[in-house]
Amino acid sequence: MCLAIPGKIKSIELQHNGLVRMAKVSFGGITKEASLEMLPDADVDDYVLVHVGVAISKVNEEEAKKTFEYLEEIGELGELEDVDDYLPKKDES
Amino acid sequence: MKYMNEYRDPELAKKYLEEIEKTVTQPWAIMEVCGGQTHSLVKNGIIDMLPEQVTMIHGPGCPVCVTPLNLIDKAIHLALNEGVILCSFGDMLRVPGSKINLLEAKAKGADIRILYSPLEAVKIAEANPDREVVFFAVGFETTAPANALSLIHAHRKGLTNYSILASHVLVPPAIKAVIDDDESNIDGFLAAGHVCTIMGNSEYHPLSATYNVPIVVTGFEPLDVLQGILMVIRQLEANKAKVENQYSRIVKEEGNTEAQKMIFEVFEIRNQLWRGIGEIPESGYAVKEKYAAFDANKKFSISIEEAPEHPDCISGQIMKGIKKPFECPQFGKKCKPSFPLGAPMVSSEGACAAYYHFSGLIEA
Ligand code: SF4
Repeated sequence: MCLAIPGKIKSIELQHNGLVRMAKVSFGGITKEASLEMLPDADVDDYVLVHVGVAISKVNEEEAKKTFEYLEEIGELGELEDVDDYLPKKDES
Repeated sequence: MKYMNEYRDPELAKKYLEEIEKTVTQPWAIMEVCGGQTHSLVKNGIIDMLPEQVTMIHGPGCPVCVTPLNLIDKAIHLALNEGVILCSFGDMLRVPGSKINLLEAKAKGADIRILYSPLEAVKIAEANPDREVVFFAVGFETTAPANALSLIHAHRKGLTNYSILASHVLVPPAIKAVIDDDESNIDGFLAAGHVCTIMGNSEYHPLSATYNVPIVVTGFEPLDVLQGILMVIRQLEANKAKVENQYSRIVKEEGNTEAQKMIFEVFEIRNQLWRGIGEIPESGYAVKEKYAAFDANKKFSISIEEAPEHPDCISGQIMKGIKKPFECPQFGKKCKPSFPLGAPMVSSEGACAAYYHFSGLIEA
């Protein structure tokens, strides 16, 4: 039941005298309705994460790359990390 | 959009595994809090591919599994004896009550409907003005906004025949309870990405700092989980303890503030009983007094006696990460998905069911 899946907004319709924004969201072929009440700035063509009939987050395409770049990045940062080891332990952030 | 299926790329998964192997120099125990991640770890065989020094411990993160037995009995009573239309997510149906489960109640003639979304329950209430409709609102922070929204929709429509039977559980207090438990010994955590999608990461910074444990907010695809594990191990090996966000394509530091508003319009924080674990302070949501008319607990003043758990089920120890499912003497013997003794054998996010389905024990 905790499943949340990303899909693309195909169209948006106003319901309840404009109070409620409902979207048709396509999940690779299957289309379902999702409420956009928690994503006021979501628009047609945006990718959103939908959970039990409610869109809860926009998928950030820039950030989506990071998982693929992470390994390269840590490769490059290797030396910096070594420097870190000589500094006082324990990160404050 | 690019990067939708690439999170399952086996080549990249291998690179991540190699990097984990290179990085780890000593044994570490890492808990994935969320059952969705347990499912991903077991289903994709990641558990078996991790280096020996890395032990994954499965956390209490399955709302279906921790919904109190008493509340399931209540739902069954409402459906069977009070003539209500009881709506529920599908996973709740086979969870054992003290005598029967919801599916058996349905077979006995109770009007129980399986829904994908609580918003559908409001439509059912609208279409059946002469019946009471109750939605069995279980879930983590992820599901709370949708459940709250159903109540707001019903309120807006002026419905008086809709209410929710709420059993919401919250992740940060559960992490704290797990760390405070003397029997558990966990070095780092993968936090549940979809919970943080709603609540953001702010609650985790004090936890990480107080207990000096790395917490990495992590997604659910194989690569997400592997990257999360690597990030935790890198911190541990460098003697660091901070909150990092692996799932930044979805999770913003502040979470979804609109959804938070929706939650706190309807719910307030209370102590909550977790099935198999016990009461955890300030770890659940109750419907606010303002919306008492939509609170099934108040609307139908039912009191059902507390019943004991099945004596053979050790689900509490499983969910606190003290034991693995196959260490339960009943696992695969008296307890199977077709005849579960405890909730973790029911839900696809339950640790026992995940082990059962993906370790060559599939039922004929
Ligand atoms: S295998 Fe069954 S009896 Fe054992 S802990 Fe899991 S749910 Fe309970």
